[in-house]
Amino acid sequence: MQSTVDTDFEVRTQDTVCVNESQLTHKWYHNIKYLVVGILFGIVFVKAEIVSWFRIQEMFRFQSFHMYGVIGSAVVVGIISVWLIRRFNIKTIYGESVVFHKKQFNKGQIYGGLLFGLGWAVTGACPGPLFAQIGTGATVIIIMLLSAVAGTWVYGRFRDKLPH
Amino acid sequence: MNQFIEWIRQPWPWYVAGPLIGLTVPALLLLGNKHFGISANLRHICAMCLPANIPFFQYNWRREAWNLVFVAGIVLGGVLSAWLLANPAPVQVDAALASELAGYGITNFDRLTPPEIFSWPQLFTARGLLMMVGGGFLVGFGTRYAGGCTSGHAITGLSMLQWPSLVATVCFMVGGLAMANLILPFILSL
Repeated sequence: MQSTVDTDFEVRTQDTVCVNESQLTHKWYHNIKYLVVGILFGIVFVKAEIVSWFRIQEMFRFQSFHMYGVIGSAVVVGIISVWLIRRFNIKTIYGESVVFHKKQFNKGQIYGGLLFGLGWAVTGACPGPLFAQIGTGATVIIIMLLSAVAGTWVYGRFRDKLPH
Repeated sequence: MNQFIEWIRQPWPWYVAGPLIGLTVPALLLLGNKHFGISANLRHICAMCLPANIPFFQYNWRREAWNLVFVAGIVLGGVLSAWLLANPAPVQVDAALASELAGYGITNFDRLTPPEIFSWPQLFTARGLLMMVGGGFLVGFGTRYAGGCTSGHAITGLSMLQWPSLVATVCFMVGGLAMANLILPFILSL
């Protein structure tokens, strides 16, 4: 158990925003609920054409409001939800308090952000749409995903030599 | 019922999709204290398949298995959309973009991504290779360097009013604007 706690600390200190903050451990089938949320999320991604290369090109050329509307309204709903959870101290379905962490600034958010932006406009896909596109039958996107995994690996390998 | 199916098959407007995506943040928080973010999975895949004694990949990825299950759901959601909810009409593309793309030989709007760039045969052309393999590499490298992607920073981070996430989101946009307007025209001309 002790090692699990240490590991979590390690993920957190190495700048992953999105991790498991629960101290509870569950049997595998408790993960099915994340599968269901993922399926719904994937359907929204495809049906609103967020996975479309054309929609991303229109966004970066200011030719369509669609993507700004999607991201903007998602953030507004997210802000209100998080505020409500904090304000009323809403617990998880297992009765745990929801954990929030303050994100530390580092220069990686600038350099990495710019590099990801370049890649986003080329591929028309951030990591979520990559997975959804593969599901729609665009099998060649598997190559793009493998290349993204390679990019993550190379970052991990040379992380200590990069400015942060 | 048929009318409902007709309606749901059309492309969904932003004011339906955006709030649903925003609700993913509280859904994952309340289902088990999980922070919504997708690019972390690329790191988990590295930690699972090829950790190679690199400290960045030395952690208990099994604890983050929930997120791998979540993206497996996204793949399944893609399968279901294409199978049951597919829109039979071509993608509506802005007229200015359509005429620009025609100049690069991109005229097929039948699918969500143009087959003139993203298809197996194109993988063996300079343009296709650069855009799929090069672009994919930048997405994986950049998101991890930034500590998150559009979901982790732009949605989760901004929802929690984290200013470093705002910095990251602005940089995503600056990089994307520079690529789409200044660099991509040269790549598409290849």
